[in-house]
Amino acid sequence: MNNKLTLETAPLSRRTFLHQAAAFGLLAGFQHLLPVYARPLTGGLTPPAAGSRPPTVYDLTIAETGLRFGGRHASATTINGTVPGPLLRFREGEEVVLKVTNRLKEDTSIHWHGLLVPFNMDGVPGVSFPGIRPGETFTYRFALRQSGTYWYHSHSGLQEQMGVYGPIIVDPAGEDPVSYDREHVVVLSDWTFEDPHRVLRKLRKMPGYYNLQRQTLLGLHRGEDLSLRDRLRWGRMRMDATDLADVTGETYTYLMNGLAPEDNWTALFRPGERVRLRFINAGAGSFFDVRIPGLPLTIVQADGQNVQPVTVDEFRIGIAETYDVIVEPREDQAYTLFAESMDRSGYARGTLAPREGLQAPVPEQRRRPARSMADMGMDHGNMQGMDHGNMQGMDHGNMQGMDHGNMQGMDHEGHGMQMGAMAGLAPPGAIPPDLPHGEDTHGPGNAAIPMMTRSRLHEPGIGLGNEGRRVLVYTDLKSMEPTIDMPPPTREIELHLTGNMERYMWSIDGKAYSEAPEPVRIEKGERVRITFVNDTMMEHPMHLHGMWMMLENGHFPHLPRKHTLIVKPAERLSVLVVPDETGPWAFHCHILYHMDMGMFRVVEVTEPATAEVSR
Amino acid sequence: MLNTIRLLALTGVLLLAAGPFRPVEAQNLPRPRFENENIYGFVLFDVFEAAPGLEGSPLAWDMLASIGKEYDRFWIKSDGDLSTSQRGGEMEFQALYSRLIAPYWELQAGARFDVAYSGEQTRRRGHLVVGLEGLAPYWFELEPALFISQDGDVSASLTGSYDLFVTQRLILQPRLDAVAAVQEVETWGVGKGLNSVGLSLRLRYELAREFAPYLGLSWSRLFGGTGDLARAEGEDTRTFGLVFGLRWWH
Repeated sequence: MNNKLTLETAPLSRRTFLHQAAAFGLLAGFQHLLPVYARPLTGGLTPPAAGSRPPTVYDLTIAETGLRFGGRHASATTINGTVPGPLLRFREGEEVVLKVTNRLKEDTSIHWHGLLVPFNMDGVPGVSFPGIRPGETFTYRFALRQSGTYWYHSHSGLQEQMGVYGPIIVDPAGEDPVSYDREHVVVLSDWTFEDPHRVLRKLRKMPGYYNLQRQTLLGLHRGEDLSLRDRLRWGRMRMDATDLADVTGETYTYLMNGLAPEDNWTALFRPGERVRLRFINAGAGSFFDVRIPGLPLTIVQADGQNVQPVTVDEFRIGIAETYDVIVEPREDQAYTLFAESMDRSGYARGTLAPREGLQAPVPEQRRRPARSMADMGMDHGNMQGMDHGNMQGMDHGNMQGMDHGNMQGMDHEGHGMQMGAMAGLAPPGAIPPDLPHGEDTHGPGNAAIPMMTRSRLHEPGIGLGNEGRRVLVYTDLKSMEPTIDMPPPTREIELHLTGNMERYMWSIDGKAYSEAPEPVRIEKGERVRITFVNDTMMEHPMHLHGMWMMLENGHFPHLPRKHTLIVKPAERLSVLVVPDETGPWAFHCHILYHMDMGMFRVVEVTEPATAEVSR
Repeated sequence: MLNTIRLLALTGVLLLAAGPFRPVEAQNLPRPRFENENIYGFVLFDVFEAAPGLEGSPLAWDMLASIGKEYDRFWIKSDGDLSTSQRGGEMEFQALYSRLIAPYWELQAGARFDVAYSGEQTRRRGHLVVGLEGLAPYWFELEPALFISQDGDVSASLTGSYDLFVTQRLILQPRLDAVAAVQEVETWGVGKGLNSVGLSLRLRYELAREFAPYLGLSWSRLFGGTGDLARAEGEDTRTFGLVFGLRWWH
């Protein structure tokens, strides 16, 4: 165990406390209520000593609370009075009891994002349980079958946008393969002072309402964005190349541990320490591009699961994803934690500092990128696509894809013959082939049909990878532990992510949940390949409850296990699932407003019909 | 024996109906309900303006209101103008059922009611309407419609507009309105063939998305028999003038 911390900075002296209360414009009475990790100045977390038993019973109260974000008063929906809520720190193997009390005027719920729990503890109203009515307390009780960084949030209405989220750390039962001297939790999120229901109504009436970074005539004159010819091509398709986020910095204040950029959340370190940063994207509608100028970032965990360390300069964190990062600041200086929203309309910001009062320059914001024809599934070999895919991404992704993916494919062909070959399914881990979109255009609820759908796992994503920085791509992720016992899948389920941006309709296979309430059925123990095809022009962070999605990125048997995956425009991406808990599970886009427009399904895991089928 | 078969068949049907195993606790939950199942309303005054330079210094509007969900909506449309210097004006009201039939197109059908008055005279008539409302390639908002009046007269109209973003908030909107008729309807000043074409250009500034004052130029011309009828009444067949107004929606 290397994670013994020296935390002389953690308890705040009264003087420091008052100083901060004044500096951050916080109410003195409020400051001490903040969870330690989210205080404006924090020395970091105190992990439970080895062998000690952390508390296993928690009381969480959901209520309306007056707070301040960036000095401006707000009425938030909080867990135990704060945004984000308290850190829940468990130990793998323990059984925990979480009593959630609803002090709101409407129903609420808490979902433990990424934790494998029995379905009736999963916290999705209408799927797992009826929800928690006003004044009631619901007791969640489950054993922790895993370790890592996770989070929790309301699964009722738009409460997640109003502040109902918080971090979870599950310490491993044995030794942590990741060594570190100090750790901080970094919860990224977005806040709007508007009522989120009003935000959604505006989007339904005018989907581009919050986009103030359109292509303009003035921009054309200045030579910005696309050429006139390209603009006409986009116009012919009735698509907007600047549609990167539905809700933007126009209404959002981006938060780091509940603090606005000007409030500068500050995390302390001592030069030479290995600092573990546990990043969680708890945003309702924002992807963040995270970097710390001057520090390489070593990714050690993705979605709570250890991965083989990979060092990058920047990574994109999709909504609901988590990444654990090790940094080793050696200089006695401050570093800026910079999390820019994907559409470049704002950023969350904090500081890593050796002591109080230091800060580093805040990087200049980059220009909003425009979408390319590659996002439409046009021209595979298109030059722009190449540019965006960038050399680094190409080398890395494709080379590795070749080596590992295909080799693996060879190795396992024997198996394939016996079992999967009947169905003609590719061996586990294979990157999906490029395929033209099928005949079915999914009806009026789906506006765009990519001509060619293909894997984009090796691409860092729109607006990234062209600045000489090493950016994380999904083909970089290799699980620490191999999944050896993984015969080929026996069934493939293809789901199209669909939408009609003109009308703010979001769906799966062209149908909102209300139009297709029938569950997708999978038998317990069945090995299923789920292939996502994104027909839309937006990235969708797809989250499957109740089971891991093993991302088929060519690295079998080291496929990363994910609970949430970014599917890029026109992308074909596949995962393997082997459910081991029966019950109905939610499956949805984690852009809160997309889910609330019905981009949601229930996946029902049933007992195998016969013993023969199950094995 | 027969009973046994019946029983087995019935059991099979029941099992099929019940579907595969589902945990008991989950069976009676009302399924999750999302925002897309809620109706929403929308009101837009695309044109809401004064034209002090035109004959009669009219006030004009072109508005729509709709209520429903994504696929099925009920629409009200109205446009018209009222003179501020003399008693006179024309207005149309439409009540339509609208169905999303393609990603960018709604098929609309319903009734249209016209009122026109000048001096002491007031005329009224009704139509049946079938039309489309949607977005054509290159982002043109188009609204073609076909009308059959209570007297069996057939006419058609086309409205088109385009929003050109000069800056993020300054938007230039060219707009076309054209009307044609199959039969002459003298009492309504309608000739056979192309009746009228209106072209206008409005430059608005979106103080908020919902609230945009504008300045514009409006030109229109009456053609053929329609023009002749207007001349006979001593009216201009061409108009051109400055307009100013407010585009707003809620």
